[in-house]
Amino acid sequence: MAVGLIGKKLGMTQIFGENGNAIPITVVQAGPCVVVQKKTTEKDGYDSLQVGFDEVKKAKLVNKPRAGHFKKANVAPQAKLMEFRIDPDEQDDYEVGAEILVDLFEPGDFVDVSGVSIGKGFAGVMKRHGFHGTPAGHGTHESFRHGGSIGANMTPAHVLKGKKMAGQMGAKNVTVQSLKVVEVRGDMNLVMIEGAVPGPRNGYVVIKKAVKKP
Amino acid sequence: MNEIVDLIEKEHMRLDLPEVDIGDSVKVYSKIYEGDKERIQFFEGVVIRKRAGNTRAMFTVRKVSYGVGVEKSFPKHSPLIDRIEVLSKAKIRRAKLYYLRNLRGKAARLKEKRF
Repeated sequence: MAVGLIGKKLGMTQIFGENGNAIPITVVQAGPCVVVQKKTTEKDGYDSLQVGFDEVKKAKLVNKPRAGHFKKANVAPQAKLMEFRIDPDEQDDYEVGAEILVDLFEPGDFVDVSGVSIGKGFAGVMKRHGFHGTPAGHGTHESFRHGGSIGANMTPAHVLKGKKMAGQMGAKNVTVQSLKVVEVRGDMNLVMIEGAVPGPRNGYVVIKKAVKKP
Repeated sequence: MNEIVDLIEKEHMRLDLPEVDIGDSVKVYSKIYEGDKERIQFFEGVVIRKRAGNTRAMFTVRKVSYGVGVEKSFPKHSPLIDRIEVLSKAKIRRAKLYYLRNLRGKAARLKEKRF
C-alpha cells in the first residue's frame, strides 16, 4: 500500500489533446501534504502515515488538542488530517515533517479519487433512484412522484431489505476508480485528472494510485 | 470560476485566429486526419451562433448546400482548425441568427456592413 495525496478540487474545464480531441479535466490542487505522525504496529497496532493538508493561517481556528498534536510533530497546523495505510519498510522513506508533493504522480498514471459528494438533501425516489413516477393523467390522484408498491402481501410479509426508497441523497463518501492523470504541474501543485471527481468545488479529495490498474 | 482554472484555460486558447462575429461570412479551414494522412477541408458559411467560455467557446457556421441547410459547430480554440478567413461582415440586430433557418434564397441574405 502506498501513500496518496490530499487535494482540493478547483473546478472543471476542457483542454485539447494531441490529435485535437477535447478532454474534460478536473483541476485539483494536490499537496504539499505534510507527514504529521507515523503509526507503527508496536505502538498503535497498525502501520500508517498521518498526513495533513491545507495549512491553517489563523491560529485561533485550531483547537488546543489539535494545536498540541501539530506542535509535537513540529509542523504548521493543517486543516485536513488523513491516514494512509502503508507497509512498514515503506514507512521509513518518510520522516515526520516531510512533504509529499505532486511528483508522486505522472501524466498517464491511473488514480482513484475519493471525496464527499454534493449533498442533495432528502430526495424522493424519482431523483434518488431514477424511478419514473406515475402517469400525469388518466385519473392519477396525488401520487405523481411516488414509487408505487413496495412489496407483496402475506409472502414475504415484510418489505425486502435494501428496497429503494426516498432518503438522504449525496453528501457521502464516493470513490471514482481508474481516472487518468492528464497533466501534473509541480510548480503550482496541480494535478489534472481526466473526467469528473466527487464533491463540490473547494471540497477535499483524496488521490491514490488506482487499485484496478497495474 | 477559479483563478487557477482560468489560467490553465488561457494557456490552451488560440490567439492566432481572427475573431469571428455573428453574421460574418467565414471560411473555416480544418484539418482532417484519415489514417496517417492529413488534409485540409474548408467549410464556408455564415456564423449564426457563438458560445462564450475561454477554451470551451464554440461557434456555428451555416450554409445551404444543394438546397439543404448544413450547420457545423467548431470549438473556437481547437488545434484542428488550420485557419479562418473572414470574407465579409454583416449588419445584424440579433445575437443568434436562428431565423435564417426558416428563410430560403434571397430572403436569407444579410445586409453587408460597410466601413
